[in-house]
Amino acid sequence: MSRISQTLSSRKAEGRKVLVPYLVAGDPDPSLTVPLMHALVASGADIIELGMPFSDPSSDGPVIQLGSERALKAGTTLKDVLSIVARFRESDQQTPVVLMGYLNPIEIMGYEAFAEAASGAGVDGLLIVDLPANEGDEFFAAVRPKGLDTIFLVAPTTSESRLASICACSTGYLYYVSLKGVTGAAITDKGDIRAKIEHLRGVTDLPIVVGFGIKGPESAREMAAISDGVIVGSALVDRISYLQPGKPYTQEQIGETVTLISEIREALDA
Amino acid sequence: MSEISATGSDKAQAADPFCGPDSHGHFGRFGGVFVGETLIAAVEELDRVYSRMAADSAFWAEFDKDLKYYVGRPSPLYFAERLTKHYGGAQIMLKREDLNHTGAHKINNTIGQALLAKHMGKPRIIAETGAGQHGVASATIAARLGLECHVYMGAEDIKRQSANVYRMKLLGAHVVSVESGSRTLKDAMNEALRDWATNVDNTYYIIGTAAGPHPYPKLVRDFQAVIGREARQQSLEQFGRLPDALVACVGGGSNAIGLFHPFLHDREVAMYGVEAGGDGLETGRHAAPLSAGRPGVLHGNRTYLMSDDAGQILETHSVSAGLDYPGVGPEHAWLKDIGRVNYVAATDKEALTAFRALTRMEGIIPALESSHAVAYAGKLAATMSPEQILVVNLSGRGDKDIHTVAEIDGIRI
Repeated sequence: MSRISQTLSSRKAEGRKVLVPYLVAGDPDPSLTVPLMHALVASGADIIELGMPFSDPSSDGPVIQLGSERALKAGTTLKDVLSIVARFRESDQQTPVVLMGYLNPIEIMGYEAFAEAASGAGVDGLLIVDLPANEGDEFFAAVRPKGLDTIFLVAPTTSESRLASICACSTGYLYYVSLKGVTGAAITDKGDIRAKIEHLRGVTDLPIVVGFGIKGPESAREMAAISDGVIVGSALVDRISYLQPGKPYTQEQIGETVTLISEIREALDA
Repeated sequence: MSEISATGSDKAQAADPFCGPDSHGHFGRFGGVFVGETLIAAVEELDRVYSRMAADSAFWAEFDKDLKYYVGRPSPLYFAERLTKHYGGAQIMLKREDLNHTGAHKINNTIGQALLAKHMGKPRIIAETGAGQHGVASATIAARLGLECHVYMGAEDIKRQSANVYRMKLLGAHVVSVESGSRTLKDAMNEALRDWATNVDNTYYIIGTAAGPHPYPKLVRDFQAVIGREARQQSLEQFGRLPDALVACVGGGSNAIGLFHPFLHDREVAMYGVEAGGDGLETGRHAAPLSAGRPGVLHGNRTYLMSDDAGQILETHSVSAGLDYPGVGPEHAWLKDIGRVNYVAATDKEALTAFRALTRMEGIIPALESSHAVAYAGKLAATMSPEQILVVNLSGRGDKDIHTVAEIDGIRI
């Protein structure tokens, strides 16, 4: 059983929801990412989604676009992202790390080389936003033998026939996109999300984690009530944007940045 | 990645390399659908609708009628006599897409896609634009059909192309300035994709070039192929034979694929796609992914791209905003790999020289984009004999570029 599946099943056994913060690796500076990841775990994160910065993040809203731009400006490459994970693993062997991003940097590195390096660094899962399941055969052939989970998005617009093929390719968990649009927009129709997730339960046994519009404790609790957990991206990246690149930081500053995650943790556990 | 490949289409494309794309949008290893799940339903719907409409002769009759009475087609195939003498060698024929309504080939595509939008019942259209020609063409057809129109344009391009910005506003379109990334065409496309994902229920996205996720490369090519069909027929009528060579500029590549596609099976016709060489390929400051890029994935398709060793998309450089794009349509990537089309580059300087030559010798002010094709055609013609015929796609007129040229000349107008 993968580290992701173990985490999800033990949370389920405890009757708790999973909390998955997302941050962009290297934002605003590669030296800040590992301390931020540890602080997120200390604040109650169960899994960390680490964004691989890309120059053209066309599925992301303005907050994560800016995070990606800051990381690239600081010189963050895919190799740096992998070494960030390796450094995180030196003192945390429990918390699963999922890399989320776009295909081109991986394609340029080469699928085999990437799969080798990612598994060596201690990555657990991959979510490649612009690689739909039906285009992914060669990618899967490279990453699956390394034990890496392949995670996919399911959108409100995903058709029934696609749903079956996405579930067939998915391991770890399903990432349910709560809205039509890009990351960081506002959730408008909670009733619809509930109905869609109930339907998904009939199609798959995979845990379902909801993301794309969760701003704070209240929306997190609402979404967690109808799913197995929540992903918090833009709201956290917005907090991270207040950190200054290239400057020494204090534990206090890091702590303040991730208070959102402890607040959400409390709300989920209440 | 060279090892990427094998789709079910390989057999069909081995028998006829020009029958692509397959049902998943692949031209060999290129093309495909590489978008976020939030957009998949939209591209699938478009694929279904287009497959149905493309099989319906009434749809094409409506399209042809608009091209004739609204665009003013067919566009002439014109013998540029003085230009031919100037370069010496093959006879240079200009396919006059610059004479189309709105001044470029772009309108052929927007007419076709707006008809699709109408049939799909989408009241709102969006478009991305670089030089502004596609934005103007989209705003034009939106005005005619009474559709709401939003055009995404990089902040840098808005500065370079103020006349087209005003033209779009006059036509009733909302021009949205894109401030992210390099603030040019690629970023405008990212923003349009985000809008589409958000407003997918009521919005049709008119992509301006033969790139993007399937079915765009196919349908844009089909709408632009009127250029090649006319040129082929005009050649037979005017010279009793096919031309020896075709030359077209390639940014995303819609005017080029439109000219080339109907000639692909005519093996005796040589083809040249001319990319933007900017300051020169050796400087790295250019927009020539086929000449000096590598395969990768951007904006929904696998194709040749300009990206760095870490896989980040590079900023491009060209005097011509319409060619200033780091990718290219996937069918061009395929035609390059199988060797059917030769892809070359012309520098800013060469394009400007050709711009002046055509203006002074034929009284035709070409778009800076098309000037790249003219520049290479001049070089090529000089290596050919006077009996040979060379067709250059004059994809647009240069009125929009006079401020750029004046600025280079140090003149304020």
